[in-house]
Amino acid sequence: MSKKDLGLLILILVVGAIVALINPRFLLPINLANTSNLIGLFGILSIGQAFVIITGGIELSVGSVVALLGTLFIDFIAVRGMGWPVAFVLILVLGAIIGLAHGWLITRLKLQPFVVTLCGLLIYRGVARFYTGDGTAGFAFGQNFPDLEFLTAGRSYGVPNSFIALIVISIVMWVVLHRSVFGRYLYAIGKNEEAAKYSGIRTGRVVIAAYVICGVLTALSAIYFAMYTRSISPASHGQFYELYAIAAAVLGGFSLRGGEGSLIGVILGTVLLQELQNLVNLLGIPSSLNFAVMGGVILIGVLVDQQWGVFRERRLMVDATRKSAAGAAAE
Amino acid sequence: MNYSETSIAATTPFLSLENVRKTYPGVVALDGFSMEVRPGEVIGLVGENGAGKSTLMKILGGVTTPDSGTITVDGTAHDRLSVEGSLGSGIAFVHQELNLFENLDVAANIFFGREPLRAGPLKLVDRAKLRTMVAPLLKRVGANFSADTQVATLSLAQQQMVEIAKALSIEARLVILDEPTSSLPLAETDKLLDVIKALKADGISVIFISHRLHEVERVADRVVVLRDGMLAGTLPKSDIGHDQMVKLMIGRMLKEREKASEAARAPGATALAAKAIRTPAYPGRPVDLDVRRGEILGLAGLVGSGRTELARVFFGIDSKLGGALELDGKPLALASAADAVAHGIFLVPEDRKLTGILLDLSIAQNISLPNLPAHARRSLVSSSAETATAEKQKKDLGIKAPSVQTRTGTLSGGNQQKVVLGKWLAMNPKVMILDEPTRGIDIGAKAEIYGLMRALADAGVAVLMISSDMEEVIGVSDRIAVMHEGQISGILDKDRFSQENVLLLAVGKQPK
Repeated sequence: MSKKDLGLLILILVVGAIVALINPRFLLPINLANTSNLIGLFGILSIGQAFVIITGGIELSVGSVVALLGTLFIDFIAVRGMGWPVAFVLILVLGAIIGLAHGWLITRLKLQPFVVTLCGLLIYRGVARFYTGDGTAGFAFGQNFPDLEFLTAGRSYGVPNSFIALIVISIVMWVVLHRSVFGRYLYAIGKNEEAAKYSGIRTGRVVIAAYVICGVLTALSAIYFAMYTRSISPASHGQFYELYAIAAAVLGGFSLRGGEGSLIGVILGTVLLQELQNLVNLLGIPSSLNFAVMGGVILIGVLVDQQWGVFRERRLMVDATRKSAAGAAAE
Repeated sequence: MNYSETSIAATTPFLSLENVRKTYPGVVALDGFSMEVRPGEVIGLVGENGAGKSTLMKILGGVTTPDSGTITVDGTAHDRLSVEGSLGSGIAFVHQELNLFENLDVAANIFFGREPLRAGPLKLVDRAKLRTMVAPLLKRVGANFSADTQVATLSLAQQQMVEIAKALSIEARLVILDEPTSSLPLAETDKLLDVIKALKADGISVIFISHRLHEVERVADRVVVLRDGMLAGTLPKSDIGHDQMVKLMIGRMLKEREKASEAARAPGATALAAKAIRTPAYPGRPVDLDVRRGEILGLAGLVGSGRTELARVFFGIDSKLGGALELDGKPLALASAADAVAHGIFLVPEDRKLTGILLDLSIAQNISLPNLPAHARRSLVSSSAETATAEKQKKDLGIKAPSVQTRTGTLSGGNQQKVVLGKWLAMNPKVMILDEPTRGIDIGAKAEIYGLMRALADAGVAVLMISSDMEEVIGVSDRIAVMHEGQISGILDKDRFSQENVLLLAVGKQPK
């Protein structure tokens, strides 16, 4: 765990302690379970976003994809009578195809990630609304999928299964990002794509793979969100989720220029964001201020981090000058 | 100094430099340099790469401060010029890389930041007035385009005219043209030379820096030759000639390089062959070149002659526009650098910091990067394998660093270059291309890199070395291919190695 991650963890604990002191309900099992469920849901899509941001890209269509694929998933199993495992796999494949399309447009046709995914944001939202005739996708009364519901919205030993899913995915993705050949390529491309190319890395393929991973994880979280809300009105479902994901990554130490950030960081970023949401509820802050609180905290966090970096660099320079001055004096 | 007595020589100089000296750590860039520029005089300034021309330009532009010497502009003596001072006294630059906003029109570029404004609080640009101000300037440079043309749609020569018009708009009295023709086709060059003559007729002085000696011959009233930071000589109009310039550029005493210590090697089989390759830089000029096993083929030529572009095609970064590549006699298709690497064709690029290494990664991570799967088990990177490879290269190449985990950004230029070499040597090179391998590297490290190249060649690798350093090319190569404007103008075998021959080929003439 890096110093940055450690600082974030301490911040989470301090904020948690303060909230708990003011409102002890924070520590009730039901509150903790609810919050960790949300951490699970948002964590999965934030990891996807992180893989794209590390390459220096951005994925803005996440919220709309959550709406579109969630709508499709409910429609497949509730209306079209598709077996849920089949629908589950199909949705993941659709997520992969979306990622593939974005990656292809960005690397082969040289479009900017912001533009490609902004268009995606508009397109998928529109398609989702059209698909339901601007209605609501939901289950019929009495329709049950016990296994699926247990896996997505259920709990094991009081811990939400969505949170457990996040832990499993985090461990796998941690290995991929921090230990695998592919992860090293991602960092290399994020740091300096040109130099990576001159080292014989097929940078296009690696970047496309990052968008595919993002697409699949977003699709997975779309299923979880669908089973959590159980009914989806595509006009608003998943709105701003891309911003939650980007915020979690930035809080977790990712640079939007690419090449920087850790998996633990993005998870901790998600935890802090959900803790803040919970804080707004528990401390009786008007919920209309929700976004303002989040924005404020992210800004302060990024500012402190940046200033700390400047301070450290300056100190290193002073040290170096002192050392060389001492060396010169000794000669 | 021996100017002929022309009318120009009688007038007082607009600019004169006396005993200007400038040193950089370890290098004397300019040493006791003196020259004069008179009103309405066109000076041709020539010299090899690294002779000190850029330093001189930086001093005149006020970008660097000379260590000593006097610069007299228009009768006022200075120790140094500031950027504002240089501009204020009427010295204008037209650089090789143009500084234009391609998305704006001609008028906006010429008066950028100095636009005439309409009365009123909104400070709107007075477009009508702007156009009346621009029109005469364009006429003076003989432009055949209008003031509201988008710069992006102009040809390079036309863009240069915009730059010159910009210089005239600040009432420049001395216009310095730095390699203005190096990227121009022949017909456009003629236009530019006409503009220079027009400037001269208006009493404006011009310093014309060019590698293309026949152009210098055509426009210059006087030629100033720089060599190793010193004034090698001045040629009055009557003495300006190609051979005289070349002689001064490389020195009267042609240093006879010690003939290759070893007997001429038996040339190996051809490893990499280019058959009528056309590169994006010079689409109309096919290149044929063979690089043989066990030899160091030096690729000489002036900056901009298309050497780097050729290397980029060999390494799969750029795709060729035509022709064929062969490796060991078999056709070779390269869609990316990854393909080249897979075939054992490696490139040590010219720009180390941008393309050679990743400054934020450690030595070990840089060295393993092109061959990462070999340093991994079940696609997980094994840091012990990585460290072992890096340790070996660090030892073999003598990379000076606390450990292989050190960030490469903290290393010296020479050690960074060794890391670039190390990452390729850790694999099995078949063809090694080195683009300016010793640029910005101290002398000790240079010798080591020469030794490495020779060892590679002895091991049967085909080595292609691009270099602008004449001594290096002659001292290290087994054969020298020289490029001129996108084509191989000649190939010299060891018995015909001389600075003069290389330089003649580089400017497009045949050696004697």
